[in-house]
Amino acid sequence: MSERITKDMARNIYFGGGIFAILIFVGLAFDSAHQIPKLSHSENITKSVVAGKKIWENNDCVGCHTLLGEGAYYAPELGNVFQRLGSSDETTFKAYMQGWMAAQPLDTPNRRKMPQFHLTPEQVNDLADFLIWTSKVNTQQWPPNIQG
Amino acid sequence: MKYSSQMVAKPYFIFALMLLAGEILFGLTMSIQYIYGDFAFPAIPFNVLRMVHVNLLIVLLLFGFMGSTYYLIPEEAERELWSPLLAKITFWIFLIAGVATILGYLLVPYAELAKLTMNDLWPTMGREFLEQPTITKIGIVFVVLSYLLNVTMTVIKGRKTTISIILLTGLFGLAFFFLFAFYVPDNLVMDKFFWWFVVHLWVEATWELILGALLAFVLVKLTGVDREHIDKWLYLIIAMTLIAGLAGTGHHFFFMGAPGYWLWIGSIASAAEPIPFFLMILFAYNMIKNRRIQDDNKMALTWAKGTAVVGFLGAGVWGFMHTLAPVNYYTHGTQLTAAHGHLSFFGAYVMIVFTMISYAMPILRGRPHGNCAKAQKVELASFWLMVIGMIGLTLALTVAGVMQIEMQRIPDSAHALVFMEAQAKITPVYIVRSLFGVMTFLGLLTYFYSFFIKDDKKVA
Repeated sequence: MSERITKDMARNIYFGGGIFAILIFVGLAFDSAHQIPKLSHSENITKSVVAGKKIWENNDCVGCHTLLGEGAYYAPELGNVFQRLGSSDETTFKAYMQGWMAAQPLDTPNRRKMPQFHLTPEQVNDLADFLIWTSKVNTQQWPPNIQG
Repeated sequence: MKYSSQMVAKPYFIFALMLLAGEILFGLTMSIQYIYGDFAFPAIPFNVLRMVHVNLLIVLLLFGFMGSTYYLIPEEAERELWSPLLAKITFWIFLIAGVATILGYLLVPYAELAKLTMNDLWPTMGREFLEQPTITKIGIVFVVLSYLLNVTMTVIKGRKTTISIILLTGLFGLAFFFLFAFYVPDNLVMDKFFWWFVVHLWVEATWELILGALLAFVLVKLTGVDREHIDKWLYLIIAMTLIAGLAGTGHHFFFMGAPGYWLWIGSIASAAEPIPFFLMILFAYNMIKNRRIQDDNKMALTWAKGTAVVGFLGAGVWGFMHTLAPVNYYTHGTQLTAAHGHLSFFGAYVMIVFTMISYAMPILRGRPHGNCAKAQKVELASFWLMVIGMIGLTLALTVAGVMQIEMQRIPDSAHALVFMEAQAKITPVYIVRSLFGVMTFLGLLTYFYSFFIKDDKKVA
């Protein structure tokens, strides 16, 4: 192709196309940042949800698990764990979480291991609240089934 | 070597290679944990291994880019580096900060590290690839700023070429988008949305500018093709990078809570993302076909062709495989993502650093005509060991991903396999993955060995 295109033409494509691409992206990003609070039900972010997110981060949970499909692929998806292991019921899920976090690491030989994080019951409660909030984000019907 | 200040590149290259060895070793350990969950546990849990594995990758590429720039800029600007001393100081500061951070990951539990570094003052930790303590992130900003200052001053005071301007554009972009690492909103979806401004806009936008500029520089030097011609190709490549890559960020916004229009925009724009990588193949092969000089450093050209081809495979082909929303609905967050990540980072970015090292290191070591034939033969063997090792482990991860999708994603909720059960069935494939990983590591050791081969005929 290249013989008919001069360096000046190529440079104009770069500047023109580049600026066009930046403007479109910035525009859409502003619109998204405006819509996301509604789509994710920001109004339901309680103090406990915020604290739970900190616990999620401070223990690098994303280093093994995915959350809404992002993270490491060593351990199960947790964006819908509230539905999968808590049957979408807060009491059931929180009881499950308390038991699960206390039982780590499981004593099954050569099963992938989850460390013991020594969280207090309140911290586990916050973490559960964070995961419950996350499970209600509008993800365009992802994941395809309950297994995540 | 035309300018003595180009020598500052040498420690950057050597340290980048050492970090690469570390990165692969941690990767191998993780791959064994995939098979035997008790391996190295609880001494180093998987999340710590992974943190070290990916952080080493990022830091080694930054060292590689910095070394490459310090070599390239004086020659392009036709003057000595603005401050070789500053470049040396930045090297040591970055090295110490990097090593301290990695030791922090390994020696104390992550939550403890967060407390020690007072993460609560400005929480930025615990997000994928951006696990560094806030203080380290601030350190990175200072290192990058001093590096940008040094490079910019050199360019301003010297000759300005298309290559150096585009390289600088990429570097400023890298610095700018890193700032989003400091923005961590309480809303997880907002957090994820802007997290991609660092991750995607690094690897699929600004770093591609850096990649293009480095590749163009090596091709100018080794083929002797007219700059007008090389510059034109470079502009076309990076034009396509920005046109496809910016809106292409949308392929990460499908299923994490962003508005639905990204399903369309992300799919359409990112379908064009292989184009710049395909242009890079045409670029490299065309320039080499029309070359006017025969350089004795054949390996540098081999790496240049290699990075174009493997970059296209990893980023272009393996990226396109799962970038359309209806496909990504099933592949999102599976081993297929890991397959794409491994081959694209290796092909596009690790291999361009190898290209620069193989071109520049012999010159920095007083061998203007490249390494001796025997050393180049060993280096060629290391090239194929690493390339086949990486393609092999990518194919294994692809098979693993397809199996995972078949068992866990495609059946309905009543029939789909639980994550852990599906993973257990994939174990044989993970063993194959590990073996190819070992092959890659042997390739790197062979590469190291090629540095120590001396020319028999000449007395050194």
